Amino acid sequence: MGHGHGGSSDFFHEDEVLGKAYDSVLTRRLIAYLRPYRGRTILSFALLLFLSATQIAPPIIAKFIIDSAITPAVSGEVAPDVAGGRLAALGLLYLAMLTAAAGLRYWQSLLSTWIGQRAMYDLRLELFRHLEHLSLAFFDRNPVGRLMTRITNDIDALIDMVQRGVVAIFGDVFMLVGVSATMLVLDWRLALVTFASLPLIIGLTAYFRGMMRDSFRSIRIRLARVNAFLNEDLSGVSIVQLFTREEKALRSFDALNVDLLRANQGAVKAQSVFQPTVNFTRAGTSAALFIAGAYWILGGQMTIGTLLAFWQLVEQFFRPILDLSEKYNIMQAAMASSERVFRLLDTGSTILDPAHPVRLAHVRGKITLENVSFAYNEGDWVLRDVDFTIAAGESVAIVGATGAGKTSIISLISRFYDVQKGRILLDGVDLRDMAQHDVRRHVGVVLQDPFIFAGTVASNIRLSDPAISDEQVRASARFVNADKFINKLPDGYDTLVTERGSTMSVGQKQLLAFARAIAFNPEIMLVLDEATSSVDTETEHLIQDALRKLMVGRTSIIIAHRLSTIQNVDRIIVLHKGRLVEMGSHRELLAERGVYHRLYELQYRAHEVVG
Amino acid sequence: MTSARATFLHYLGRHKLKLLSGMFAVGCGSFVAVIPPRLIGAIVDELNQGAAFDAVLRLALLMIVLSAFENVIRGFGRYHVIDTSRQVEYAIRGDLLAHLQRMHLAYFQHQRIGDLMARLTNDLTAVRQMAGFGILMLTSTSLVLVFTIASMLTVSVKLTVLSLLLMPLTSISFWIIGRRVSTRFEQLQAKFGDLSTKAQENFSGIRVVKAFSQEDAEITSFANVNGEYVERALDLARMNGLIWPAMAFILGLAVLVTLYVGGQDAIAHQLTIGQLIQFVAYLYLLSWPMIALGEVTNLFQQGWASLGRLQELFDAEPAIADPVDAVRAPIRGDVEFRGVSFAYGRTIVLRDVSFRVPAGGSLAIVGPTGAGKSTLVNLIPRLFDPQQGEVLIDGVPVSRYPLRHLRRAVGYVPQETFLFSVPLRHNIGFGTEGELTDSQLDWAGDVSQLNKDVLDFPARYDTMIGERGVTLSGGQKQRTAIARAVAKDPRVLILDDALSAVDTYTEAEILRRLRGVMRERTSIVVAHRISTVKDADVILVLDDGRIAERGDHRELLERNGLYAQMYRRQLLEEELQVDEEQQEHEKRVRTNDVPDERATRRAGYLPTDESTGEL
Repeated sequence: MGHGHGGSSDFFHEDEVLGKAYDSVLTRRLIAYLRPYRGRTILSFALLLFLSATQIAPPIIAKFIIDSAITPAVSGEVAPDVAGGRLAALGLLYLAMLTAAAGLRYWQSLLSTWIGQRAMYDLRLELFRHLEHLSLAFFDRNPVGRLMTRITNDIDALIDMVQRGVVAIFGDVFMLVGVSATMLVLDWRLALVTFASLPLIIGLTAYFRGMMRDSFRSIRIRLARVNAFLNEDLSGVSIVQLFTREEKALRSFDALNVDLLRANQGAVKAQSVFQPTVNFTRAGTSAALFIAGAYWILGGQMTIGTLLAFWQLVEQFFRPILDLSEKYNIMQAAMASSERVFRLLDTGSTILDPAHPVRLAHVRGKITLENVSFAYNEGDWVLRDVDFTIAAGESVAIVGATGAGKTSIISLISRFYDVQKGRILLDGVDLRDMAQHDVRRHVGVVLQDPFIFAGTVASNIRLSDPAISDEQVRASARFVNADKFINKLPDGYDTLVTERGSTMSVGQKQLLAFARAIAFNPEIMLVLDEATSSVDTETEHLIQDALRKLMVGRTSIIIAHRLSTIQNVDRIIVLHKGRLVEMGSHRELLAERGVYHRLYELQYRAHEVVG
Repeated sequence: MTSARATFLHYLGRHKLKLLSGMFAVGCGSFVAVIPPRLIGAIVDELNQGAAFDAVLRLALLMIVLSAFENVIRGFGRYHVIDTSRQVEYAIRGDLLAHLQRMHLAYFQHQRIGDLMARLTNDLTAVRQMAGFGILMLTSTSLVLVFTIASMLTVSVKLTVLSLLLMPLTSISFWIIGRRVSTRFEQLQAKFGDLSTKAQENFSGIRVVKAFSQEDAEITSFANVNGEYVERALDLARMNGLIWPAMAFILGLAVLVTLYVGGQDAIAHQLTIGQLIQFVAYLYLLSWPMIALGEVTNLFQQGWASLGRLQELFDAEPAIADPVDAVRAPIRGDVEFRGVSFAYGRTIVLRDVSFRVPAGGSLAIVGPTGAGKSTLVNLIPRLFDPQQGEVLIDGVPVSRYPLRHLRRAVGYVPQETFLFSVPLRHNIGFGTEGELTDSQLDWAGDVSQLNKDVLDFPARYDTMIGERGVTLSGGQKQRTAIARAVAKDPRVLILDDALSAVDTYTEAEILRRLRGVMRERTSIVVAHRISTVKDADVILVLDDGRIAERGDHRELLERNGLYAQMYRRQLLEEELQVDEEQQEHEKRVRTNDVPDERATRRAGYLPTDESTGEL
């Protein structure tokens, strides 16, 4: 009853996992995904290195253009045509560097995209594979939306990190080292003048990084709160309106909203101070270079070209520092995402295959429940001490009121869950001693709400089993009376159906689910067939007939609401509140005049009269 | 209906002064930014002429002063513009919530919460970025562009024309690449959609997947979509990756052309070296606006589209609103339906329903699932309006009362309990004017039989509910919802199947207390259990939207129709339950376990004499 607490608000709450910008454990785990692409990763770093070189070269070439071509020509030291020749040669070199830089940049970006996409392809697939093998209990607990976020957005944040974050950071490091080294070689005195600004820059960066970290953190928390509130308020909007709570809700919301605004303003303020401060430091450094350079140039110890090269190199020296916050954001988002993804990967399945599963060469289909007790949630028993045996080929109906535990029996025989007490045997072997795959291959299940996958009618019958031929698909559909309506569809078996099968009626979906179950030709058939509304009489007739046919020649357990079905089975098991209260044939149970008799009188007979 | 543009200007207009002063400051900063290249050129020329060190020093110090001025006003401008965008974001968010809260319930059934949330988060972010960085960069880049080109012209018309010839080249190549990038981006988004759909379908249909052992096949098919997604991403990267290298190349080319052609001019003494360097410095100034221009276009395109989506929300009008000529008479609680019919779209839910409950009376509604019971009671507090007929309270159509006035008078316990992630106390006091007093709380807790449970909670009534607090059982949730409705002290109390998760004994206790509370109030109870409804003055049996039977318990049993049938079936179930619980009880007594007082009492409560008579 009632979900409350606003649907997916937990999804926002979980997003409050903040993450640091760097976490060594997570990073090491992430790096493991790059290992298969070691070669390309190394190549990518080599390209970054060359790229840095081609970016540092142009200011140096420009220096020579000024110093050895233009200046001597202007002062008349060399002839204009000689200077022109040098100018042309240096110009060509400059062009070569530009071209190389463009090529390297493009290659490098493709390569890093490739690595990021491939590595995260692996992680995404690993995550999906992991989820596929988790037990149903896990899916009961975790809303689909949350799992979706992990497999889509969280992985994308990691791709972003590999593609942009890591590359940018290493690129920056290479540039800083390269530029520093070049400066030292070019003129160590001016290099020292430039480096004099370093303590200031490091101090500034450290100061603002701390501020940024705190403000990002507080913004994220507040944003999560604002969104959780919005989500909850809109999900429960009818309650808000019925209890005339609109204004109070707005006031509470405003408090959160203002809180977020203040946090954002703090970050804006920090950013508005940081960028201009770094910019000013850069301009100040440039000015200092000009002053010091002028002093040495006038003293004849330096050329103008060298000074101008420094003026350009300083730009490259400062650039990485300016977009620091963007990189910080990428890294932080990625760390938070990887934490969530890894946490999911670390969730173990509660239903495991044994190390040495028993394989049945030939399944006959005898099912035994030995003193089975089962609860979805600890202590909340759904089945209590249920004990019965169904012989191979026998058909059994389970009846009882809603909540009696009928559906759970079907889930247990398919081993969707494990029993807490007692055991379930298939041909005398405990289900837990067999591989899940082996159990389910022999057990066909028709569920209450037949799930239709996006695809064609045929693909919904065959699912992804290539062993089932087109002819078998058709034969199965014919067998369960589904071919009639399928043939009437525009493209017959190739008709496209949408997710949840909105194009088909409930009855048609049920027939399709029958066909699906029969196509796999299981030794044991489990059918959940509780009352469904709105099935027209003709389809109802087809369903009844198909149900009868499903049971022929195989062990079948049917949770039935139709009298016709119950009259056709060999035996009836009456469950009430998780206990087996009566068992026997329709006739025997009626003669007993017990629970079944009364249920029959009221439920089934009444249903037959009405329906 | 206002246009998206008008809405945008309206919100920006609230911070007109701040925004304009910010833009002005950024403009001034852009102007000042154009001066240093001139100083650098002057320094170079001074140095070439072997001037005094003092002259150079003066120019360099001027550079520092100008840079200080530029950065201070830029920081100021930036702060004001970006801060405005945050204020706009804040205001739109609050106004949207206020607006949405006024919308009628049918709107929310139509518009999924997920979609609304996407607009309130992603679209709002896009609008904020347009209002912030968008305006900031537009102002800054366009002005820098204008000032720089003007300055370039003062140095050399030839060089300006030559280097600017490359600009159209950039624009054209960007236009071409940009179009392909956006097609490929859309393809990537589509693949992302496929990937999500695949995952979602798999997770939703996990039972079937497992039942038919399709895990491996599903993994293969997911791997395919995943692989296609990677292919699309690489396709995009092949095009997108061109932009930045091409940009850097063209800018570099402009510098090279300047150095080469300008160098020749310098050799020919048509240009000083200082002027040449000054020109190169202008090109560096231009590089940023050229890069930013593409981004600005992007921000405005996305922001504008998002603004349109937000405007759609603002444009939606609540279908249920306060009347013009409102009746404000105090509500006593005489509820009447006159020929009411209601349909959701084309599905008819209620057909010509008429009945009347006098103030202080009690009405119960039973019937199979889908008979229209919930819809019927939803019409009283106007969660929906009927298409035909009238719902009246005290002889006045409910649509004539102001909504607040009407809903104040109605206490409603919905079928699906929705509680908020706030302390229990605030959940119960949700509908009360002021803070709930302890005695009121105690009273509501007693009527709803919540008091006992609360004793076990860590902070009693101050315990947090939900994800980050106590998880309530279904019954506790329902009882909290009852307490919440009772605490309002309503004239009309509606329970929509609100006792389904409460055990029969507690139900009886609640009903007994409610009868006391409701002596002078009207109660309307929807239920499946006969035990809940049998004492009502009038019971309506609803079937397929029509009133199939009406009368009190005894009359309906005598009719021997739907109601009587339901009654017999439930007696059987209850009887089975008693057997069950007696067994359980006896077992516990035998094993010397804690005796379950509740089961004993419940066994005693049930009308066993009647049941034997019926069976």
